[in-house]
Amino acid sequence: MSLNDVLAILQGALATVTLSAIGILIGLPIGLGLALIRWARVPVLSGIVAVYVSVLRATPLVTLLLLLFFALPNIGIPLGPISAAILALTMNTSAFNCEVWRSSLVNFPKDQYEAAQSFGMQAGQRFRRIILPQIIHDSLPGLVNEMSLLIKVTPVLAVVGVVDITRAAVRIGAQTYEPLPPFLVAVAIYAPIVYALVALQRFIEKRRAAAEAST
Amino acid sequence: MIHDFLVVWSERGLLLSGLANTTILSVLSAIMALALGIILVPGLMSKRKAIAAAMRFFVDGMRCVPFLLFAYIVYYGLPSLGLRFDNWSSGLLALTIYNAAYMAEILRGAWVAQPREPIEAGSAFGFSDFLLFRRIILPPLLLNVSPIIGNQMIQIIKDSAFLTIIALPELTHAASSIQSRHYVPFAAFISAVLLYWGLCLLVEAGVSVVGRVAEARR
Repeated sequence: MSLNDVLAILQGALATVTLSAIGILIGLPIGLGLALIRWARVPVLSGIVAVYVSVLRATPLVTLLLLLFFALPNIGIPLGPISAAILALTMNTSAFNCEVWRSSLVNFPKDQYEAAQSFGMQAGQRFRRIILPQIIHDSLPGLVNEMSLLIKVTPVLAVVGVVDITRAAVRIGAQTYEPLPPFLVAVAIYAPIVYALVALQRFIEKRRAAAEAST
Repeated sequence: MIHDFLVVWSERGLLLSGLANTTILSVLSAIMALALGIILVPGLMSKRKAIAAAMRFFVDGMRCVPFLLFAYIVYYGLPSLGLRFDNWSSGLLALTIYNAAYMAEILRGAWVAQPREPIEAGSAFGFSDFLLFRRIILPPLLLNVSPIIGNQMIQIIKDSAFLTIIALPELTHAASSIQSRHYVPFAAFISAVLLYWGLCLLVEAGVSVVGRVAEARR
């Protein structure tokens, strides 16, 4: 394995990180939207969202990705590997994010909400000024945890031909007939990324616990 | 569209054998991972720093590696070290070792949260460490963690789908073969998705039964 090969894997890492970041950035607000639909008990929609979340949480990302990649072009929606990857990641993570957001919404203290109401705040204002800042705070550890889980399933994207860390490593392994070194390089790139997110989550939780203990 | 689903129906044998393989793979590796987790967790809680640190390295390390990469290493990487397994053994081995780390961590979390009194009472009665673990610590631990083990079980079912890349004939692989044979991608993969959903609902139902047993014993 040459230096060029390592660079090729690093280039794959750029694709992995970019796609994950896009998936996370789109998945966060969609998850919040879905959680709000369920929280507000919007008729019909709420039921649909509940089924959507339940199904997606049970669906392996590979299966979802293959479904999107092969089935959407079949019904006339052209879709490249990159778009399929982003769509699959977004659908997957939004379902998990929905549950994190929803649990903070359900646990949101009712008295604050009623206080805001009695001050004559509009629904949108109540949400933006009172609810949103607090549920972001509450959901943060869960959302970061979800991000680390998302990064860990991204090697799947290689299956539809996205040139990410894993595909680069597989290709080098096939060329050099020595698959072990490129895979170890791939692990050496993945592990610190995941570990950083896990450490971030622990750090947030520890700081919260310390803040709670001091009050 | 209905025609596509009829095609999948005509291939139901293939899909069901995929479902059976996914189930066998998940159940076997979950049991072995839990057993391995039970063996590992006393090490994780060991008072000997070196043992605890080695265990912690294994558990944290595993949890930072994507499962698919780990499966690739076991199937494609280990043969260059002279260890060659077929796809079934590699799949089972990878699923088991990977999830053992998660199981050990789940058990450790519950162990730390356990009340100290029964454990101290046990050691005051002169229970050896092994007996203490087996009789006093482990039984309530297993009942307490059953919901989290259920979540991990769902994770294992989903991880098993990755093994399609090493040509293990599980559910996603079966759906892929049906799609490539008849070109019915939507019907084939949606059927697989619904079967995965059914499996996970089954696990959740199982967890709530165990939860009720645990509640009754309290």
